[in-house]
Amino acid sequence: MSRKITRRKFMATTAAGAALATTFKFPTPAIAQGAPFKLGLLTVKTGGLAQGGIQMEQGVLTWLKEHGNKMAGRNVEFFSADTGGKPAGTKTKAQELIERDKVDVILGPLAAFELLAIDDYIEQHKTPTLSLAGADDLTQRRPNPYFLRPSACSSQAMHVMGHYAAKEMGKKKAITIDWDFAFGYEQEGGFQAAFEKDGGCVVKKLWTPLGTPDYTPYIAQIADCDVVCQGFPGGVPLRFLKQYANFGLKYPLVTGETGGDDALLHSFGDEAVGQISCCPYTLDLDTDGNKRFIAAIQKQFNVVPGFYAAGLYVNCDVVEAGLKAAGGTTDNKEKFMAALKAVDLKDTPRGPIKFDHLGNVVGDFYVRVCEKRPNAPYGLKLWNKTVKTYKDVSQFWTWPEKEFLAHPVYSRDYPPLKKC
Amino acid sequence: MTFWLLLTVNSITFGGLLFLLAAGFSLIFGLMRIPNLTHGSLFMLGAYFGATFAGGMLAITFNFWIAVLMATILVAIFGTVIERFLLRQLPGQQMAQVLVTLGISFIVADFCLMVWGGDPVRVDTPESLTGFIRYGPLVFPHYRLAVIVIAAVATVALWLLLDRTRLGAMIRAGVDDPDMARVVGIRVSQLFTIVFALGAGLAAFAGIIGAPILSVYPGLDQDMLPLALVVVILGGSGSLLGSFVGSIIIGFIYNFGQALLPELSYFVLFLPMLVVLIVRPQGLFGRFVP
Repeated sequence: MSRKITRRKFMATTAAGAALATTFKFPTPAIAQGAPFKLGLLTVKTGGLAQGGIQMEQGVLTWLKEHGNKMAGRNVEFFSADTGGKPAGTKTKAQELIERDKVDVILGPLAAFELLAIDDYIEQHKTPTLSLAGADDLTQRRPNPYFLRPSACSSQAMHVMGHYAAKEMGKKKAITIDWDFAFGYEQEGGFQAAFEKDGGCVVKKLWTPLGTPDYTPYIAQIADCDVVCQGFPGGVPLRFLKQYANFGLKYPLVTGETGGDDALLHSFGDEAVGQISCCPYTLDLDTDGNKRFIAAIQKQFNVVPGFYAAGLYVNCDVVEAGLKAAGGTTDNKEKFMAALKAVDLKDTPRGPIKFDHLGNVVGDFYVRVCEKRPNAPYGLKLWNKTVKTYKDVSQFWTWPEKEFLAHPVYSRDYPPLKKC
Repeated sequence: MTFWLLLTVNSITFGGLLFLLAAGFSLIFGLMRIPNLTHGSLFMLGAYFGATFAGGMLAITFNFWIAVLMATILVAIFGTVIERFLLRQLPGQQMAQVLVTLGISFIVADFCLMVWGGDPVRVDTPESLTGFIRYGPLVFPHYRLAVIVIAAVATVALWLLLDRTRLGAMIRAGVDDPDMARVVGIRVSQLFTIVFALGAGLAAFAGIIGAPILSVYPGLDQDMLPLALVVVILGGSGSLLGSFVGSIIIGFIYNFGQALLPELSYFVLFLPMLVVLIVRPQGLFGRFVP
């Protein structure tokens, strides 16, 4: 069902692209004349994670429309697959994209546990995969040579947040609350490690099952701290923050890229005011690349983009740059992958990015505070205002790579709670 | 102490919400002998409709309570349509009917995604019920207390309907023994429509009443349906008392289980259901084995 609609949308974009191409005559390398470049997207369009998943697709479609449906001069054939936000569905859909549709590159999936489900599979089939999902170890202790992460690994923004909470906000005792799955563990693990490195202490870690309608039983356990770190994905921050405020809790809230996502600003109410978030993308980044991106997605979908849409748009930027560097061909997978990893872009919507040798992004991270702004752009009433930018943040934060990788990956019980 | 008190009150609130959802589910299960798998979708649909009326998405913004009423009626009509035009086409084929309800739940989920998109929709707490009461160190939102009152009123109204009216007597007869009810001249198939509409309306009512607490988002249906199922299996299908007791028990288990045994929160939720199925398959207050 959803697939059909996407195809139709794709046909429309293709037609528009073809029309554009005949009018303007893009300079194309000779090799690119033949087969189209096949771009696959694993996203979530049904269920609880659909909010982010739909934006991911909007990010890609916006990019394609803006570039006349061409990448490095080759026509793009776009395949979008709905994983349902479940690891098993992700595996099936990845097989469909790789074996039936024979895609050259996969964008997505959305969630860390989905990505873990296709880790081995994409490596076997040597299909370059660019995701915004977490699953830190894919670019750390068990690097997948066919995986590239232009957004951020799960803990990357939270390292910054942990540091900011301890050093800039001067907080000492934190409680973390997150979903009981890989992305949650890695986010809060990153927060704890960086927060404690700078003198803070995490006193309690709360894990909630996925799909919890009412967070009150957990909110009731939040006491005796001076900052709370939440890392909920999708639309969950909306109801968590509301329930948190309903019970009169006043401890300041900090969060990563999903918990304060710009795309949620129009849904949030007063309860979100004051929340501090750290994100690899921010709506108020004042660069040409970001303005172009916002204008394009506003025109096409009339939405305020957030981390998910921007992340996938950046992924497309990276694929195009890699494809160009590889001479427009993906026949030699190793060469194409090496070209992708060598990509160094200056003006993406999220700012300049490059990659470390493990395939994870080194880029800027923005700490924002959510505030009321009566005349905010795009018809918003709330606004995430950047208060500090951290340049060229790597996935290892300030630790030397060797030391960082000697620790186990962040998990439910690592780093452990310590007495303080 | 505060912690225990807060969880206790919240357990009753959540139990009340569950009762509104599960009462209709239980009656439909009891009378038509099918678990209505669209019940979560009706809950979600009610919440979305209510949010649309109350949230200013239309030209006029309605008062919250009027929005509640409109959403309830709309979804009750939708329930009537499902029963009349779909389930009615498959008389006596319970497996086929269950599959139809499952199919409708997928359609409703996609419909909601198309109309309201993937972003969560916030529903503001009605003006008069914002804020919270403070009793010593205990803080509790007004609205959650109001939900308890609403659920209590609905419970009494439903009990009066089922226990004191002719229609209620007919429904009870149909639940107990549909064949015998037919023999004495009760048009059981007509009751199906009434009960289905009533159940759908109640689910939608629960959805919009719960919306200021839970917000409305894609996947809400799948979060709520299992809870309704657990309540009804625990309490026994077709029994109002069963739904009531089951809802309160699950409300408590849900809250205390998640707070005290977070690692086992799903396990403790389904454990009582398992025990009941083994020891007393008809449920605590049920009359027949589904």
